[in-house]
Amino acid sequence: MRIKNISSTRAVKVPASDTGLQISKTNKVKWLSYPYILWMAGFIIIPLFMIIFYGLSNDEGRFTLENISLILNPVHKKALFLALELSLTSTLICLILAYPLALILSKFKMKSNSFIVLIIILPMWMNFLLRTIAWQNILERTGIINTFLQFFHLPTLNIINTPSAIVLGMVYNFLPFMVLPIYNVLIKIDKDIINAARDLGANSRQTFGKIILPLSLPGVISGITMVFVPSLTTFVISTILGGSKIVLIGNVIEQQFRLGNWNTGSGLSLVLMIFILLSMAILSKYDKESEGNNIW
Amino acid sequence: MVKRYLERFYVGLIILFLYAPILILITLSFNQSKSRAKWGGFTLHWYRELFQNEAIMNALYTTLIIALLSALIATIIGTTAAIAMNSMKRTPRMIMMGITNIPMLNADIVTGISLMLIFVALRYTLGFSSVLMAHITFNIPYVILSVMPKLKQLNPHTFEAALDLGASPVYAFFKVILPDIFPGVLSGFFLAFTMSLDDFVITHFTKGPEINTLSTKIYTEVRKGIKPEIYALSTLMFITVLILLILINRRNAEKKAPVRKA
Amino acid sequence: MNDNKLINLVNISKSFGDTMVLDELNLYIRENEFLTLLGPSGCGKTTTLRIIGGFEIPDKGQVIFEGMNITKLPPNERHLNTVFQKYALFNHMTIAENIAFGLKIKKKSKAYIKDKITYALKLVNLDGYENRMPDSLSGGQQQRIAIARAIVNEPKVLLLDEPLGALDLKLRQDMQYELIRLKNELGITFIYVTHDQEEALTMSDTIVVMNQGYIQQIGTPEDIYNEPKNAFVADFIGDSNIISSTMVEDKLVNILGVNFPCVDVGFGKNKPVDVVIRPEDIDLVRPEEGILAGRVTSLLFKGVHYEMEVMAGGREWLVHSTDLCAVGSEVGIKVNPYDIQIMHKPESEDEQAVELEV
Repeated sequence: MRIKNISSTRAVKVPASDTGLQISKTNKVKWLSYPYILWMAGFIIIPLFMIIFYGLSNDEGRFTLENISLILNPVHKKALFLALELSLTSTLICLILAYPLALILSKFKMKSNSFIVLIIILPMWMNFLLRTIAWQNILERTGIINTFLQFFHLPTLNIINTPSAIVLGMVYNFLPFMVLPIYNVLIKIDKDIINAARDLGANSRQTFGKIILPLSLPGVISGITMVFVPSLTTFVISTILGGSKIVLIGNVIEQQFRLGNWNTGSGLSLVLMIFILLSMAILSKYDKESEGNNIW
Repeated sequence: MVKRYLERFYVGLIILFLYAPILILITLSFNQSKSRAKWGGFTLHWYRELFQNEAIMNALYTTLIIALLSALIATIIGTTAAIAMNSMKRTPRMIMMGITNIPMLNADIVTGISLMLIFVALRYTLGFSSVLMAHITFNIPYVILSVMPKLKQLNPHTFEAALDLGASPVYAFFKVILPDIFPGVLSGFFLAFTMSLDDFVITHFTKGPEINTLSTKIYTEVRKGIKPEIYALSTLMFITVLILLILINRRNAEKKAPVRKA
Repeated sequence: MNDNKLINLVNISKSFGDTMVLDELNLYIRENEFLTLLGPSGCGKTTTLRIIGGFEIPDKGQVIFEGMNITKLPPNERHLNTVFQKYALFNHMTIAENIAFGLKIKKKSKAYIKDKITYALKLVNLDGYENRMPDSLSGGQQQRIAIARAIVNEPKVLLLDEPLGALDLKLRQDMQYELIRLKNELGITFIYVTHDQEEALTMSDTIVVMNQGYIQQIGTPEDIYNEPKNAFVADFIGDSNIISSTMVEDKLVNILGVNFPCVDVGFGKNKPVDVVIRPEDIDLVRPEEGILAGRVTSLLFKGVHYEMEVMAGGREWLVHSTDLCAVGSEVGIKVNPYDIQIMHKPESEDEQAVELEV
């Protein structure tokens, strides 16, 4: 009978001596965060409370729910529902396009992953308004697609100034935000985990369904939020590709602010924020400690 | 084998989708016709015109200055904040990270409006400085998210080793920590610069009537028609960045060799 | 080795949050000593080293170095250098730049630095590696560079925090010889932290066994192995049979109901004690010849010897022997009086961690 530890009753926890920089212990670096804390308080937290304040008060600064209830105005309601419909559609299309792409890219044996990331974000260096305007050229009645179709005597497409054109604009603009998070999660999956699954008898379809897909879920969820939120709230894409007749909730809010109706605009923004918070809540539920680089 | 070709075809198709509008814009910059609807022959006219156009050059100047300054300031604030956050206990760190994520996950329109409201409430005149502050605000998170992973990879003992060898904490930081996290700092800076350059919505709400960035200038011209000089300018900018990236990639490839020549 | 107290730790206490890591620790280190702090993880050995290095400031107590109180002196102002567990080389600098780091801070001349680099690399058998980058080196090579980087500063004391922990067994054994050679060539003091008792026994002049923030025993490797002061030390250093027994009188101990002659005196009469018998000190004889009779219950071949477990007197005995006794065979247990080590039994929890003077 060999005694392993004579006094395990007084178990001592190992001090966490190798986490963080040593300077951390003496708290000498804490002050480095003060400029940032001040900045974030002044430009993120307080401004958000400003929206709540304006949204819940009238011109004279008195409390009211009127601004919020303006969402029930038929025009506003229609704009909100259309925005929801189009953004959900474009999010779904982005997911369908991006997942296979990310999967293929993750299998490429590249010297550096940053090259793939660059290819995907390089278009951002052309102004996004211009890139969206370029889609007018492609989609117009006499645009590139139709010229092409006519050449082969096929029926022409008229999707400019329709909701479809807006969805296309959303997919085009936000596709990178779906591809990159999924790609980043996929390349981090340990190859031995996949090998282990194969070793234990899973075929490639089972390996995908039971291993790769569940492991990539955080990237998918992150991608969904990154596409859904900007799609839901855009007013630029709908202005450029939707003509003047299609109004999304983003257009309504922008217009209210342009006209100086800050209270109404803020009230409608609050309604919009509910949907944003909802999607963030879902994100945080699936993405426990997301301190890493999982967006870029 | 078929599967591989199919995969490559698919990647090609998506890249075509992403780059088609850019090809069109580049083509338009050489189009003699002022209308973007028809091709009127090749010309370099718009490139010459561009440099005469004061409004566009002013907007370009404003855009670049704001992108540069906001990226620089955000990099300094963000890097120091990341170092401080990395040494915090779990709970305060998670709270800080949560706040950091707000501008990234929140809608641009909400961020833009909220910033405009605070500037107006403080009776701060909307203009260059308000746009700059707004850009710094949404840029900091990109820097933090770029620097944080590098800090986590850091061997905590390298800093101690430098102190042990006689370095003061400040000297040790610049000699040992900064070089190690520098790739993260640099990519944070470039990311911030890009984001600032490409931003329209937040600038739109915080700029006031006096100034224009390229984005807001383009937006005012959406209805009446974009001036072809703009196509020429964005083509130039795009090509510049493309060449820069190729150069950086090549330099990095050379640096990978393990032995450094003395 | 002379008797100069180079470093003196006086009443050092340190806790992290609610966890007391060191409690009133007293220890001195002599000049030119190879002193090893040995213990399981969490015993406070690394914290002790970090306090000497200046990376932790103790809550209470003083660190005296050459007669001066350096308790609160920052690490960059201390004349001692550390070799870290995971090397902590500066990956963006060449080997030469790594080694020159401390010398450049001290503003040494270029020629001096160049000489020092050549000398240090020769010392660790890595001549010609000046322009390599750290990540092109193997683990063992990186560790040698970490040592070279520390010793060019001519520290009076070299602190080594489990420097061989990340290396494989063969390399670890080679490096042990290397370290002994280095210490002899440099003629400086080494303070070495490890949880590997074999490493400690091989290299040290003095071993300090620690557990739960207390020093359990200080002594030469032979002392520690042959005369453990308590059950913890006995168990931590090598395999052993630790048996709760009664000291009948001087030179006679009652183990499991049977009286064994021994050589220890001065424990009093009929006092409870712990008895340590090393497995290699037990002789297996015919049942009628032994003091205790038993039966072999398991047998393992270990290369140099057989490891057997023998059921005798109601407990299992661990026995190492070059003679084979088959499982199931009846044997007798015999122990020479001088191979029985008697230890005080701790009377309370706190006393388990006895503080001792050398």
